Amino acid sequence: MPNIKFSEAITEALREEMERDEKVFVMGEDVSTPSVSPLTAELADRFGKARVRNTPISELGFTGAAVGAAMAGYRPVLDMRLVDFTLVAIDPIANQAPKLRYMLGGQVSVPLVIRTPQGGGVQNGPTHSQSLESWFMKIPGLKVAVPSDAADAKGLLKTAIRDDNPVIFTEYRSLYPLEGPVPEGDVAVPFGKAAVKREGSDITLIGVGSQVPKCMEAAEALAADGISAEVIDPRTISPLDTEGLAASAGKTGRCVVVEEGHLHGGVGAEIAAALQAVLFGSLKVPIERVAALNAPIPVQPKMEAFVLPSTEKIAAAARIALNYA
Amino acid sequence: MPDSKGVFMREKLGEMYRTMVRIRRFEETAQELFEKGGIIRGGIHVSAGQEACSVGVCSALNDDDAILTTHRGHGHSIAKGTRLPEMMAELFGKTAGLCHAKGGSMHIADVSKGHYGAHSIVGSNMPMAAGIGLAFQLNGRGQVAVPFFGDGASNQGAFHESMNLCAIWKLPVVFFCENNHFASSTRAEYSTSVEDISTRAQGYGAPGVTVDGMDVLAVHEAVAEAVKRARAGEGPSLIEAKTYRYYGHSRLDKKFGSYRDEEEWNEWKARDPLTVAGRLFGLSEAEAEGHRAAVEKELAEAVAFAEASPEPEPEMALEDIFA
Repeated sequence: MPNIKFSEAITEALREEMERDEKVFVMGEDVSTPSVSPLTAELADRFGKARVRNTPISELGFTGAAVGAAMAGYRPVLDMRLVDFTLVAIDPIANQAPKLRYMLGGQVSVPLVIRTPQGGGVQNGPTHSQSLESWFMKIPGLKVAVPSDAADAKGLLKTAIRDDNPVIFTEYRSLYPLEGPVPEGDVAVPFGKAAVKREGSDITLIGVGSQVPKCMEAAEALAADGISAEVIDPRTISPLDTEGLAASAGKTGRCVVVEEGHLHGGVGAEIAAALQAVLFGSLKVPIERVAALNAPIPVQPKMEAFVLPSTEKIAAAARIALNYA
Repeated sequence: MPDSKGVFMREKLGEMYRTMVRIRRFEETAQELFEKGGIIRGGIHVSAGQEACSVGVCSALNDDDAILTTHRGHGHSIAKGTRLPEMMAELFGKTAGLCHAKGGSMHIADVSKGHYGAHSIVGSNMPMAAGIGLAFQLNGRGQVAVPFFGDGASNQGAFHESMNLCAIWKLPVVFFCENNHFASSTRAEYSTSVEDISTRAQGYGAPGVTVDGMDVLAVHEAVAEAVKRARAGEGPSLIEAKTYRYYGHSRLDKKFGSYRDEEEWNEWKARDPLTVAGRLFGLSEAEAEGHRAAVEKELAEAVAFAEASPEPEPEMALEDIFA
């Protein structure tokens, strides 16, 4: 298996799907400009600027247009630049795309993918650093994929593009440079299937997106103290593989749920609630959570690091669970 | 004795008139049933008074052209050929409804007739119409998309962003604004920076024209011209039709409300679109009566169909969430 970057995996998935299906096209701000959009610009050379289509800065307009094109038989892949900008386009994302099939009695489908780069750690401040997957996961009719490595990025994006429903596809910017082995050929990763990224027996670390590599680092640090941590990644949070996560947490009896989004109303709240319902008797200790503190993400690096989760915070939470009296 | 074209024209005009009657009587019937209580739940927004807009637009379109309408969309739906019985069943909340009783009055759609839905968030249909226009441009089959919207929606960002998108990409979209002078209760002269909304087209380098929305032929001609332009790849147009709704905004709003008076209402009613059409088409009273009688029969059948259709089981609420 060749090692490629997470960012290259995205481009590969787009290229292969555009080759496979002429109805697939890419649209967004600056998508064909190499210096600004290296992930998609090379596709413009190959497929032309009608299929890799630059838009004006009109998030509401072009997102609604993508919904319309999807209703009319195309498979648009929208590049949202940053998840923060989806909030300018929340009507088509929350009111239209996920509800049209339902509201119109099954007369249409909306095969739309919205790629949303997101996350902090780059000193971009409160409106350019958010992680909003928990917003989208509570909208019936939307699917939400949160890949954490190159192989899943490619495989989940292929599945997203082939899905006949709207999919929010989050891409943590901190993951773009990370390399990993990616299977050759046409390998799609199914939605709703968690992946064990490291096996262990003492505690389960459930990581979402950018926090999976951090959970791996924390597991490494815990191993130095003789603690065996399992790391599991839900990969999609809608649908959520409660069964897969419960199998891991039930096995170890201890669990930390980690996400980069804010603690209050986060993905971890949903996962913890789902797990306690099926594991009440077999959990040895309460479920711990690590997430961004309930503050906007500040620009100044020390303050930003204070707000965001980290390997140290994950390891500390694991030790609380392990030492629970 | 008229030549073949004359015969065709008379048939077409007769059908247009009948469709206007069909819309008027559908709306009156729906409003009556709504006011009875317990039959049509939620709310409805009826379009009586605006028939010339619905019919003027849709008579200039082909079956495979698209419309996207609004919360006040019954008339547009009927003009595009939406099936009355299934539409009435949707208002009744029955399983035979076009949306399986999950969308209701504000989401009537009949995609088989090129009707891509009523969309109840004001202005939301315009970006989607731009996208359908984009699909039509990519398909290359010469189809056109028409979003209907009101004076109120012309103040939404969605309108402006969509006009710009369609203009830069020369998309085959005809923006059709029914200026009925009220956004719910707010008068257009208060809420809107220009007297003629069609002048907003200038900001997007597109043609804009204002027509008499009570005159079905004036609407038809303006739309036919814009459709021709769109099919030729010359991009979007904006048509504003000045019109008037006879009923209140929706369920709680009285006919005259506190924001308009009977005198104004009577002035518009004096130019009723059905009367105007009857005169323009040179219809005899017997012909008009023939259309009215045929429509009464259709409506009675639609109501009977809706009554006979079963109510959905609660669990059907979980169907059609995903494809």
